[in-house]
Parts: sequence; C-alpha cells; structure tokens
Amino acid sequence: MTQLSMAQALNAALRDAVKDDDRVVILGEDVGALGGVFRITDGIAADFGDDRCFDTPLAESGIVGFAVGMAMGGFRPVVELQFDAFAYPAFEQITSHVAKMRNRTRGAVALPMVIRIPYAGGIGGVEHHCDSSEAFYTHTPGLRVVTPGSAQDAYDLLRDAIDSADPVVFMEPKNRYWTKESVSFSRDSAPMDQAVVRRPGRDVTLIAYGPMVATALETAEAATAEGWDVEVVDLRSLSPFDDVTVSASVRRTGRAVVVHEAAGFGGYGAEIVARVTEQCFHYLHAPVLRVTGLDIPYPPPKLERHQLPHVDRILDTIARLQWQDQPVVASA
Amino acid sequence: MVVAMPRKNPAELLPSATPVRFVAEDASAVDEHDGYAEPPGDRLRKAYRLMVIGRRFDTQATALTKQGRLAVYPSSSGQEACQIGCAMALGPADWLFPTYRDSVALVARGVAAPEVLTLLRGDAHCGYDPAAVRVAPQCTPLATQTLHATGLAYALRRRGEDAVVMALAGDGATSEGDFHEALNFAAVCDAPVVFFVQNNGYAISVPLEKQTAAPALAYKGIGYGVRSEQVDGNDAVAVLSVLDAAVAYARAGHGPVLVEAHTYRIDAHTNADDASRYRDPAEVQRWRAADPVRRLEKHLLERELLSAEEVERFRADAEQYAADVRAALNTEPSLDPLSLFDNVYARPTRLLTAQRAQVAAELKEES
Ligand SMILES: Cc1ncc(C[n+]2csc(CCOP(=O)(O)OP(=O)(O)O)c2C)c(N)n1
Repeated sequence: MTQLSMAQALNAALRDAVKDDDRVVILGEDVGALGGVFRITDGIAADFGDDRCFDTPLAESGIVGFAVGMAMGGFRPVVELQFDAFAYPAFEQITSHVAKMRNRTRGAVALPMVIRIPYAGGIGGVEHHCDSSEAFYTHTPGLRVVTPGSAQDAYDLLRDAIDSADPVVFMEPKNRYWTKESVSFSRDSAPMDQAVVRRPGRDVTLIAYGPMVATALETAEAATAEGWDVEVVDLRSLSPFDDVTVSASVRRTGRAVVVHEAAGFGGYGAEIVARVTEQCFHYLHAPVLRVTGLDIPYPPPKLERHQLPHVDRILDTIARLQWQDQPVVASA
Repeated sequence: MVVAMPRKNPAELLPSATPVRFVAEDASAVDEHDGYAEPPGDRLRKAYRLMVIGRRFDTQATALTKQGRLAVYPSSSGQEACQIGCAMALGPADWLFPTYRDSVALVARGVAAPEVLTLLRGDAHCGYDPAAVRVAPQCTPLATQTLHATGLAYALRRRGEDAVVMALAGDGATSEGDFHEALNFAAVCDAPVVFFVQNNGYAISVPLEKQTAAPALAYKGIGYGVRSEQVDGNDAVAVLSVLDAAVAYARAGHGPVLVEAHTYRIDAHTNADDASRYRDPAEVQRWRAADPVRRLEKHLLERELLSAEEVERFRADAEQYAADVRAALNTEPSLDPLSLFDNVYARPTRLLTAQRAQVAAELKEES
C-alpha cells in the first residue's frame, strides 16, 4: 500500500498498462512533455518513448477519430480530452462511431479504447471547465461509462477500462485529483461494472458516484447526529448500471436519495430513480429523491458553491423522506 | 447566400513568401513589406502608447493572480503588437471576437479593465455588454468563435452595413475543425471577416511543428479560397499596416482574409502553467530580444516620431492605469447568488423559480 493522490494513481495505472501491453498507446493534447494539464501522464513519454505517449494536434474530433482508426489497426488507445466541455467537438466521433462500430459491423470490428475526461466542478475553474457531462455518454448505447470516487478505484477502474473489450468513457472527478489515500496495485477490487457499498447503514441509501462519493460519506457521518444510519453506495460504473447492488441496498433501507453534480432535469439521476422505483416499489417508504446541481449553466467560480450539492442539502433531503404527500409541483 | 466572387488565380491568395516587415529587430527600417503602406506617424505613436499601457495592464493582471485577486490570467506579454494592432484596425461599428488570451486587445478597444477581468476574477462569465462595445465574450473553447464571427459578418453585410468582423485565434486553434469550417463558410459566402492568427509558437506545451506541417499557418487560407498573408507579429508597424489592409479589403467586399502573425508568448500559458517543462529558457531569451514594445519605441525615437518626454508621459499614463486597475480589483464586489437564476431563459421557468426559492431559503439560514 502506497499513499497516492488520485492523479498519481491514474498515472500508475497508465504506466502499468503501457508496461504490460505493447498495444496500449496514450494520445491527446499536452500529454507528452507537459504530462497533461493535470499531470496524469507525467513522465510517461519520457520513460516509455513518444510512440507510446504523444501529443496530437489540437483537435478533439481528430483525436478520437484517429484513435478509432488506431483501435481498428490493433492498438488500444487511451485518449485524454482536456476538460469536460472541450470533449464536445469529439461528440460526433464518440456517439456515432466509438459507440456503434461493433454494432454497425455486426461484431466484426471492436473498439477497445478509453476516452479519459476530467469532469465536474469544485475547483474554481472558469467557464467550460466544470461541466458534468455524464448523461450525454450514458444515454449512448455501446459505451461503457465509469467514474472513480477514490484513488484506489481510479487505479483499478482505469486498468479494467484499458483491458475492456468495449470502449470506455472514463470520467475523472477533478476535485478529487489531489486527495491522497493508500492504494494497492493488487487489482483484487470489484469488477468494473459493479457498484460497491462504501458504508453500510440501515435507514436510508445514498446513491452517489465520482465527485459526490466523498460528499455522500461526509453526509453519512453528519447524519449520525440526527440519529440516521445512512448507507452509501458508490456506483463506479454509470453504464452499465448495477441494479443488483443498488436495489439490494434500497430494499434493505427502504429509502433512497440519489446525489449528483450535473443538472437534475433529464439527468442521470432520473434514470436511477426510475430503475430503483421499478425494482423496489413495494419496499419503499418514500419516493426516491434527488439532490443535484441546479438547472443553470455552470456558474462562475465565485458562486459555484451554490451549484454543488452539499452536506446540508443532502441532509435536508433525507429529512424529507419522512414522506407526506405534497402538492404536485409543475416544472419546466 | 451571396455567391462568392470567383477567385481564379491561386497566386492572388498566397501570402508573401516571408512575413511582412517594416522594422527589423534592431529597430532599423527594412523593406520587406511587399508594397504595404506605412501607417502615418501619429497612428504609430498611438499604437506605441497603447502597447505601453497594454504591457503594464498585463503585468498588473499577472501580479493580481499572485495576490489571489484573479483566479487565472493568460498573459499576452510579447504579443502587444498583435493585441493593439487588431483593436486599432477596427472602426467603432466593427466587431472583435477575442479569446481568453486577448485581454489587452479588449483594453485597447476601450473595454474598461475591471469589465475585462470579470471573467478571470470568477465573478461572471462576461463582464461587459458585447453589443454595446462590439466585442464578443472572450471565448475559451478553441476556434468556436471563428464561426460566430463569420456568421455575424455575413449577417451585417446582408443588412447592408459595411462593418468588418475580426476573429482572433491561436496557432493551436487552427487545428480545430471549427477553424476550417469558418474559413470555408467565410469564403463561400464572401463574409467580411478577418481571421487573425497569433502564432505564438505553442499551444500550451505543444510547439508549432507538432501542430502543423504547413510552411506557415497563412497557407491554410488558400485551399478554401481565402486571401492570406503573414506578418512579423513583433513589428507593430507591419501588423498595423497588414491589418489595416485586410480590414479595408474585407470592407470593400472582396471577402475574407486570413492573417498569420509570427510572435511569441513570453510568459507561461497561464499563471498555473509550468513552461520550463516544455521549452528552453534560451529560446525565451532570444524572443525577449525581439520585444515589440521596445522595438517600436526605439524605431520611433530614432525617426523622431516620438520624443523622450512622450515616452515618460506614456509610462506615467500606464502606471496610473495600473493603479486604477489595482484599486478597482482590490474591492470585493458583492455578488448576488440569486442572480444565478437570471438569464437562463428569457422568462424563468417554474423549475428555476422553485430552485431560486430553495437557494434564497438557504441564504437566509446562513445569514
Ligand atoms: C476545444 C478546446 N480544447 C482544448 C482546450 C484547452 N486549451 C485551452 S488553451 C489551449 C491551447 C491553445 O493554444 P493556441 O490556440 O495556440 O492559443 P494560445 O493559448 O497560445 O494563445 C488548450 C489546449 C480548449 N480551451 N478548447
């Protein structure tokens, strides 16, 4: 076990993957000499050569489309897109080609590739640097979408993602990059598409992922003061979604709250609520509620604390689970 | 759409073989200007004054990041000839489409410094009214604004206005698909837009040779039918002359122009970047010797288009300007969190009204 930040754990995963498999190549903007703007690829080009880790021209659609061709040619590309909102120029390639190639070719062409996207806020970034764009990708059949909530998971999930036979959108919560934890490289974690109960509890299940796992755990601690015993489930994989682990938890507790940073309306949380409701209806004592980002464009840094779900908002929502019927609220 | 004027002869589109230049690095006059006209002396003096103020603004903004007053600042130190040139080439009815790097251009265009810095301070996404100052919001996603600039140029022309739009982009941004689509649209619909590429050598850490294999970025125009030119971006006389000509060309209805300025980013990409990881300090030293502000100063002094007293006076103006910027930024503006719900839609939706009430209740609890 070594103390590593999530950024360092990701770096270790990339290094180990490059070492273990000649087909693995890393490409993107500034991933070479600079080591990426978040230093995730730090030193890899220097240590393994710039045919294993290289800077591309500045063109996201080009990077992903080029990686599609490399994957067709027998490589396993790991692509870095610099920030969430700068992945959008590549959206066409990701949704129309990365996601569909296996299906379009009736199984003849697979695209084992990883698209790494630093996402979400809480770092004081200016415009276009803090989007939570996971719903765009989870809404796209053919993609796997995963997001680690801890340094250990960052290592394990990234190794699994690179080994995956299908393309993986790997979403990295940037506000967690610098948090240190002890990390083992034994790879004995849960498989990539399995959710994990991070903290057992009896009264209510908090369902969280990525940047919100830490917030959910903090909330669970705070909730003990109110006499609530809160269970926290870390989804890890957003697509496919692990109904089994999540539903088992909600059936035990009878109450659930989904937490994410992205805007709520039409968001990923709506999918979870629907699925949990479908699977656990007779076990529920209250509707499944959501705590999400506000339905506004991501705010400027000075005001972002109002956007992000925080412990108090989650506790207030848990309190509302002592459900009483309320008037129907029309929205939108 | 307006049908494009046929451009039959590719040679007419080609940039000059070497960057257009009036003033050598040692400030002596050179004749590498391919028939471009030299701007009049008072215009050059004005450019010099704006460059001195622009340089001081830039160092002030960088200092403010160190004091935590600005979240981030992308310096354009070394690029002053370009920053001032693009602002000066435009008339009041023309539009500028800048990037995050172009704060000095905004200052030169007359946007108040605190309004320019609102974005980088983290208070709001845009600190000024674009329509009032004819400056689009500073654009962070690369090259996306080049298409907006093209569409606006086309729209203004269709409405019978003879305004020109200047779209700024870096060398890295010329690799983005949007940049190429903008050149193509502009040429096909004869839009009066000037694409001004500040080739400062690097896109964050990636040097030009990893960005393109073209002989110069200016050559990217020809394939689209766009008249192209390249200029020494550290020679303010040349930049002004070429941009004046480009704007006049577009205004006269001949269609778009692409101008590439060869320049250099003296500081790191932003205050958060570590440039020593990817570039040699000796290279930076070499470019310091090509400093555009000192070069113009020396040139104008030698030709007696500028006096030593004026140099002193402009420096004092710049100090005063920086002091005003400091004072303005040293007060913490009060931001209303409830304004987050304004301007998402023309009229607030019920969903937003409900969320506004929730945040209002939280704020009340906090206070
Ligand atoms: C679409 C997009 N991709 C990536 C980025 C991240 N990014 C910000 S600045 C930059 C380099 C831009 O270089 P260049 O166009 O040469 O302009 P310069 O910063 O040198 O002025 C990158 C990659 C971005 N802003 N937008």
